[in-house]
Amino acid sequence: MFWNEKMETLKGKDLKELQLKRLKATIKQTQNVGFYKQMFKEAGITPDDIKTLDDITKIPFTKKADLRGGYPFGFLAVPMNQINRIHTTSGTTGKPTVVAYTKNDLAAWTELLARNFTMVGIKAGDIFQNAANYSLFTGGLGIHMGAEAIGCAVVPSGVGNTKRQIEMIQDFGVTALHCTPSYAMHLTEVAEEMNADLSSLKIGCFGAEAWSDNTRRDLENRLGVKAYDSYGMSELFGPGVAFECQEQDGLHIWHDSYLVEIIDPKTGETLEAGEKGELVVTPLVKEAMPLLRYRTGDITMLMEDDCECGRGQKLARFFGRSDDMLTIRGINVFPSQIEHVLKNIPDVGDQFMVYIDRINHLDEMTIEVEMSKSVFSGELQDLSRLQTKIMKALQETLTIRARVELKEPGSLPRFEGKAKRVIDRRTV
Amino acid sequence: MSEEYIIKQLSIFSENKAGKLAAIAKIFLDAGISIQAFYIAEANNFGVVRAIVDKPEVAFEAFAKKNYVLKYTDVLAIKMNDVPGGLYEVVGLLGDLGINIEYSYGYRTKDYGALIAKVENPAEAVEKIKNSGLELLPAKDYNF
Repeated sequence: MFWNEKMETLKGKDLKELQLKRLKATIKQTQNVGFYKQMFKEAGITPDDIKTLDDITKIPFTKKADLRGGYPFGFLAVPMNQINRIHTTSGTTGKPTVVAYTKNDLAAWTELLARNFTMVGIKAGDIFQNAANYSLFTGGLGIHMGAEAIGCAVVPSGVGNTKRQIEMIQDFGVTALHCTPSYAMHLTEVAEEMNADLSSLKIGCFGAEAWSDNTRRDLENRLGVKAYDSYGMSELFGPGVAFECQEQDGLHIWHDSYLVEIIDPKTGETLEAGEKGELVVTPLVKEAMPLLRYRTGDITMLMEDDCECGRGQKLARFFGRSDDMLTIRGINVFPSQIEHVLKNIPDVGDQFMVYIDRINHLDEMTIEVEMSKSVFSGELQDLSRLQTKIMKALQETLTIRARVELKEPGSLPRFEGKAKRVIDRRTV
Repeated sequence: MSEEYIIKQLSIFSENKAGKLAAIAKIFLDAGISIQAFYIAEANNFGVVRAIVDKPEVAFEAFAKKNYVLKYTDVLAIKMNDVPGGLYEVVGLLGDLGINIEYSYGYRTKDYGALIAKVENPAEAVEKIKNSGLELLPAKDYNF
């Protein structure tokens, strides 16, 4: 089943022509943005220098840090009266990245989601529960719009209150579910404890975190769904950029809407299909916030074999992140945020370590900090108080709970050159 | 006056992990310190080692040199009769005197028991205890 068969199966010369046409239009659109005007000037190129798709390598990369520098509206290529929606992504040192959409952007994004849902067999008449955060996180409203577009009855259940979520699945006869894979595992366990019958569920779409085939097997066996991987990021609209088809072997990225490169994250050199590297994307249909060669930080590769389903070249399931951004329970956390919080607490030293574990299918973050000698009173309760104070400060900034462990001064590792403060012990 | 009964206890911050206590004991050994009384208070993943030793200054120096976080804490030692009810007698009286024990630990010698107590205001407590019939053990018995 296709939502837009022509676009979904467009290949070869026809695809390349469309991509080039859209790339040129996108470049033209970027020239409304000061950052890109300056970038072209500094690189000694003009939009006319991009004559073929291969010419794209003449354009420098755009990084997440560049977007933060443009806070709040520095990357908008249209006037505010054409903006129809604003989302933000979680920020590092308190400053989020703003993403904005025109009416056309929202329609384009909705279409991609409609393609994805149709691809995995969701259709009009399905009852679709979206257990994603509905505020600034694009996985809430974004997924919602797509499911509505194909005619589902959408239940905007949001996050939390797991028992209520399970009751709704039962009582409403929910057939399709979207959430993060770790929340799906949690939901599964609670449902099992409640002896809930979730047999109405047929399809699960899980994204915003990397997850393993083991988790897929677990979810499929215990939740009774076919589980599909969903990939996206707010800078590229949000969820729906790439999605698994019913073959469950890699993700179809929509080549009419995204120009894909895989690069060596260290050298920036373009890699061939079958070679693992960082995904770099040039969105081809974005109006409000066009981007060129955006470095996603996500590690994947282009797959060599054609897919049975007839759609375009797939990306392998994601291997992780090239930079230090962590995704914990679907929320982006940067080590720099943690550093920032600790720096504001004089009772602890500058050194810290972060450990990420997956305990009962939920991500747990443990932060080790060094006690400062001067504040030690000799009393246990003062130490516990300090621990609580650090935990609260971290929760305020990161919006997630972290365990805090106090360490002796000098006991944490010191680094020469780039610090490796994060140990991700999750097995994906 | 009250000073002769105020004992210098070492309070040492310690992570709760295998081999940690051995490392601490080794420092005492290497510094030639004799431990009179010893107690560990434990919370999540860390603890405070409390030790009364013969040469607190020497021990303090040895730990500080090894980058430990530690502090002196003033405590009192009260003699207990080594009979059933010995502890009750002491803490009952302390309660009557309005002395709140923040934490305490005990040990026993050949002849008597002793209760080490951290109280809010040691100097004030000493004065109250001296007139109560309880016997305070002098600091010189511990810190030489």
